[in-house]
Amino acid sequence: MTKRDLPTLTSEVLEEDIELTLAQLCRTCQLPADQVVDLVDEGVIEPVGRDPSGWRFYGISVRRIRCVQRLRQDLGVNMAGAALALDLLEELEQLRARVQRLDQ
Amino acid sequence: MEMEFKDYYQLMGVERDATQDEIKRAYRKLARKYHPDINKEPGAEEKFKEMGEAYEVLKDPEKRAAYDQLGADWQGGQDFRPPPDWNEDFAFHGGGFTDTNTDQFSDFFESLFGRGNVGGGYRPHSQRGFHMRGQDSHARVVIDLQDAYQGATRTLTLTQSQPDGDGRLRPRERTLNVKIPKGIRPGQHIRLAGQGEAGLGQGEAGDLYLEVEFRPHPFYHVEGKDVFLDLPVAPWEAALGATVKAPLPTGSVDLKIPAGSTAGRKLRLKGRGLPAKSPGDLYVIVKIALPPADDDAARQAYREFEKAFTFNPRTNMGV
Repeated sequence: MTKRDLPTLTSEVLEEDIELTLAQLCRTCQLPADQVVDLVDEGVIEPVGRDPSGWRFYGISVRRIRCVQRLRQDLGVNMAGAALALDLLEELEQLRARVQRLDQ
Repeated sequence: MEMEFKDYYQLMGVERDATQDEIKRAYRKLARKYHPDINKEPGAEEKFKEMGEAYEVLKDPEKRAAYDQLGADWQGGQDFRPPPDWNEDFAFHGGGFTDTNTDQFSDFFESLFGRGNVGGGYRPHSQRGFHMRGQDSHARVVIDLQDAYQGATRTLTLTQSQPDGDGRLRPRERTLNVKIPKGIRPGQHIRLAGQGEAGLGQGEAGDLYLEVEFRPHPFYHVEGKDVFLDLPVAPWEAALGATVKAPLPTGSVDLKIPAGSTAGRKLRLKGRGLPAKSPGDLYVIVKIALPPADDDAARQAYREFEKAFTFNPRTNMGV
């Protein structure tokens, strides 16, 4: 069911194929580095590596940061509140998937 | 231009004489309820945008006063045309937007208050100057389990903001062919760089993110990269052991059911789950299926069965 006249776009899996440095992550999320460091301190994202110059972030960090940004902007929650909401939302998602399966 | 009247008070569930504080509280509550990151129900995002539009008008005493001037007789959904002398006393056009994107607001809003000249979704803070990177787009793609085993190509149609002739962002439908990578798992995201909403000025386009959802399957379910198959077996196959055909997503195989298998027993087929560098496993879960006792011969067979055993399945329930 693909349309023949359109080119097929290449895609990457955010959670697996993409690894970003601190600078790349800042650019992707349009955030200054100190705010990314705050997000790391808050546990919203977890870098691999010891010091910021060697940090590598998995692609999933982009999604988590954007979600926190939206929650802060739209709902007026602070960083800690947004981090808590994010954790709870992820848990909710897993539980919903489980309930859906058990309902089948 | 005709359009539908929007009853912003009704949308936010507040009285026409609500105080600014009441309006703010109502908005906060509704925003938490319908925020697209929180509420995944269909229609929630629409509702959230509607709330944003209503709040944009009601939170601003000037806009609210202008809106109130239309009178209280209008009903939501009614055909609406702005009065001919509209906007004479209010200088909204070409400005007045402090921190909210308006390109996704309704024609009704635009006819009353004009439209800001910067675009975006529900993330106002990313406006920076005239050159601006386009917003990222988010959508869901539903695939079959087989697509994750083999890889696939999907055609998607989505609505994205694209600049029109005047450089203003307008929603437009776009159709894309997307490669679904082999080994993708439920809940993962496919990123298509540069396929999000158009940027402004020299700004580059945003990215498109597709959240992958698996269509529910009658006998498989997926957890991470492991796949589970509920396989019905006859009581004698479970008790005596048997080799039965099992339908795997990659084709059917002969599967040995060990003698003495009970319902719920898990048989692991290593590496037969979703493909990956270290692929997932496939678990066959044994379900015991009873043949129906719907004729005399079958009922007789069950009676023989009963006679042959002294069996109380409720022994450890103390009855």
